[in-house]
Amino acid sequence: MKKSIIVIISAVLLLGLFSGCGGSTASKGVVNVYNWGEYIDTDLLTQFEDETGISVNYKTFESNEQMYSVLKQGGVSYDVVIPSDYMISRMIDEDMLQPLDFANIPNYSLIDGGLKNAAYDPDNVYSVPYMWSTVGLIYDPTVVGEVDSWGALFDSKNSGNILMFDNSRDAMGIALKYLGYSLNTTDKSELEKAYELLKQQKGILQGYVMDQIFDKLESGEAAIGPYYAGDFLTMHENNPNLKFCIPTEGSNVFVDAMCILKNAQNKENAEAFINFMTATKNSAANSEFIGYTSPNKEVKDLLDLDELTESVMYPDQALLSKCESFINLPQETLDYYDELWIKLKS
Amino acid sequence: MTKKYTGGKIFTALTYVFLYAPIIVLIVFSFNSTKSRTIWSGFTLNWYKELFSDRLIMSSLQTTLLVSVVASLVAAVIGTFAAIGFYNMKKNWRGPLLTVNNIPVINADIITGVSLSLLFVSAGALMGFELGFGTLLIAHISFDIPYVILSVMPKLYQLDRNLFEASQDLGCTWFQTVYKVIIPEIMPGIINGLLIAFTMSVDDFVISYFTAGSSVQTLSMTIYAMTRRRISPKINAISTLLFAVVLILLVIVNVRESRQHKAELKKEKMLKGAN
Amino acid sequence: MSKNKVFSGALRAVGGFFDRFRKQSFAYPYVLWMALFVVVPIILIAVYAFTSAQGHFTLGNFSGMIDYVPVFVRSLWLAFLATVICIIIGYPVALAISRMNPRTQRVLIMLIMLPMWINFLLRTYAWMSLLENTGLINRLLGAVGVFDLINSLHAGDAAYTPITHFQLINTNGAVILGMVYNYLPFMILPIQSVIVKIDPFVIEAAEDLGANSRTVFRKVILPLSLSGVVSGITMVFVPAVSTFVISKLLSNGTVMLLGDLIEMQFAGAAYNPHLGSAISLIMMVIVVICMSLMNRFGEGEEQAVMM
Repeated sequence: MKKSIIVIISAVLLLGLFSGCGGSTASKGVVNVYNWGEYIDTDLLTQFEDETGISVNYKTFESNEQMYSVLKQGGVSYDVVIPSDYMISRMIDEDMLQPLDFANIPNYSLIDGGLKNAAYDPDNVYSVPYMWSTVGLIYDPTVVGEVDSWGALFDSKNSGNILMFDNSRDAMGIALKYLGYSLNTTDKSELEKAYELLKQQKGILQGYVMDQIFDKLESGEAAIGPYYAGDFLTMHENNPNLKFCIPTEGSNVFVDAMCILKNAQNKENAEAFINFMTATKNSAANSEFIGYTSPNKEVKDLLDLDELTESVMYPDQALLSKCESFINLPQETLDYYDELWIKLKS
Repeated sequence: MTKKYTGGKIFTALTYVFLYAPIIVLIVFSFNSTKSRTIWSGFTLNWYKELFSDRLIMSSLQTTLLVSVVASLVAAVIGTFAAIGFYNMKKNWRGPLLTVNNIPVINADIITGVSLSLLFVSAGALMGFELGFGTLLIAHISFDIPYVILSVMPKLYQLDRNLFEASQDLGCTWFQTVYKVIIPEIMPGIINGLLIAFTMSVDDFVISYFTAGSSVQTLSMTIYAMTRRRISPKINAISTLLFAVVLILLVIVNVRESRQHKAELKKEKMLKGAN
Repeated sequence: MSKNKVFSGALRAVGGFFDRFRKQSFAYPYVLWMALFVVVPIILIAVYAFTSAQGHFTLGNFSGMIDYVPVFVRSLWLAFLATVICIIIGYPVALAISRMNPRTQRVLIMLIMLPMWINFLLRTYAWMSLLENTGLINRLLGAVGVFDLINSLHAGDAAYTPITHFQLINTNGAVILGMVYNYLPFMILPIQSVIVKIDPFVIEAAEDLGANSRTVFRKVILPLSLSGVVSGITMVFVPAVSTFVISKLLSNGTVMLLGDLIEMQFAGAAYNPHLGSAISLIMMVIVVICMSLMNRFGEGEEQAVMM
């Protein structure tokens, strides 16, 4: 019995050591990146490692709020994080980011002027845009028919086929827009009404999802759900039945940008990473892979887009004018959001 | 007689089908040529190839094995000595200490995980370290030791106290008694505890989730992250491999045990025959 | 003479004290470890539970607890159902296994332990493929024609919408199924190991005294096996009450359990470690109460672990 244990443990150890082989150890250090899930062309990571010799430790989060929780909890250190606009302004307010040294990010000049001096980072100190896109309805018309309103998500006729955002701001945002309010309202009665609407929806809902929505809409497990325009393009490749629309009540347009955390330990490697992702060639490859819109002004000409992709990736001004950006809310409202969200899920 | 038992046997067989059906489905679809987990389209070994070239999965497998082996070995040492120490204590000390020892076993693992994460984060803020392999290891050792102690204590109680006296009469010091007499006697308990601790460490998800931080990941954590995104049959491939490895190990252990059993029976027969 | 005796007696006592100290000292490193890594974390939870975000003492984290009573009730109820189902399935199986010859028993026990060695995330994930609307069970039922049959039964009803699947996933039932599936072996093994240890002579004696097999079961086997059942309950109920993976995977966030609630406060969507600690504290108290009730009846967790 003893002998067989020793044999087994040594076999396991050997297996463990063996499984470690095959990875090249980088000489120039490491960069820790924290990004949304399904939000990068992983070939670019390998390319970055080959070009710079810096090893990439790439982790993903599901939503801005989840990222915030993990960072606030502490004990972790990331170098580059890629949150959304409103979360960046919150992190700036709470002193979680450090200013970038733009001398190390020359590709910043390639960023579209319209995305600079944004409301969340007015002096262009803390962030470099990564991708931008819109929120809309993705649906299978063969099951739910033609759709152009958020109401389809609350319609009992689609019961059991509906998916919803699993984060408070996106979910409440949709309810607020459907009711005709602003995405950024601090009026408690409006928020309550949105909460009531979501509570009613729970009975006909299939589930609260983030990236799990890919499999569900592609396989036909569900038939309608709100998500990001870029991800629609990916889903459409696997299920051409799917359609996308920005509802008449209006929606959300967002920018995700790369920032460096205050306690980052590899600042220069982080800036090298940011610079790499902003380069035209890389941003174009990334954009094509994940379907989101690159902030690099040279990319559009580089990509050869079909009609559908172009209309989704570069929506016309009429559609964009219906879209609102999230801004960071006062702490009191944020606490109320948390309270409502937990109550909703309970 | 047999009539009464067939009902039970059928019920048992159905239960085993219930236990294995999902696993068989997982295994079958790990060879599916499309991503679908429910529609079969053809045989392929692609997912296994992708699995082995996935850097994150391989490194998290390595982390899991390393943490589990080290933690269970350390736990075996500390736990065995602790059990011997407890054994020699007066009852009124031993009782409460054993109760505290059982806390990680009874407590829900999410509470163990969350409480340890609070400890590590506060301590880390004061002393300047972060969550990482070290904290992960400490967490694993902490929940492994109680299993070792629970495994060793009964064996200690089964020991004949006269053995200690005898060895000390023969001139051994206490330490020598421990190493030469006690430990060999309780070795089955130690090995058992080691194996249980190892299993607990390998299978753990929740405690690792809260104590590993950003730089390391165990296999469970990686699998969890995979289920939160696009599901790839790589998960099925991992399941199949794990199943195969465990099956082989259990078969080996069982074959060995039955061989030993047969050898013992043979010995008995021979001894009887000699008489 | 007596002075010598007293002196040597005192020496022996002191020597004995040091001897015992030496023998006990083996445990001291671990006692220190326990203090640091088991006791202190729990104290921290208590501290966080009673402090506000600004660091003042407060009962505020507990005052809002009323809102979460549905979650507590749901977790306890689902865990209770899962435990009961585990007993209903596990006890007969354990009994049946214990009646077989030792070699078959060993193989069968090995077969029960085998799934336990596979990561429980994978085991839970496996059920997703089976339970989904487009999953295997629904597909199978559809292929066999169950849905067509049901739809045809309602053919005349104008208000009836034809079904294409049964809603299996994202229900309380799916979560209970996940719990039962994951923890059933933990119920079967302790019961089987206790039944097997029952002295066969006791059963023989009962039969000699005129009991038929049903009476033997009711009056001999059942009472003697209860400590195994209690161990099993311990090993099933606590994980079932506190899980968050099973509910996340099999209900897509629609069924929120205590584990989900706590996870949300620490690493999820609503960061509030104080509220999370308060909920954890209450959960700990509930578990301790349940376990001490259990301990009245049996050996409890110690036997459970050793199976």
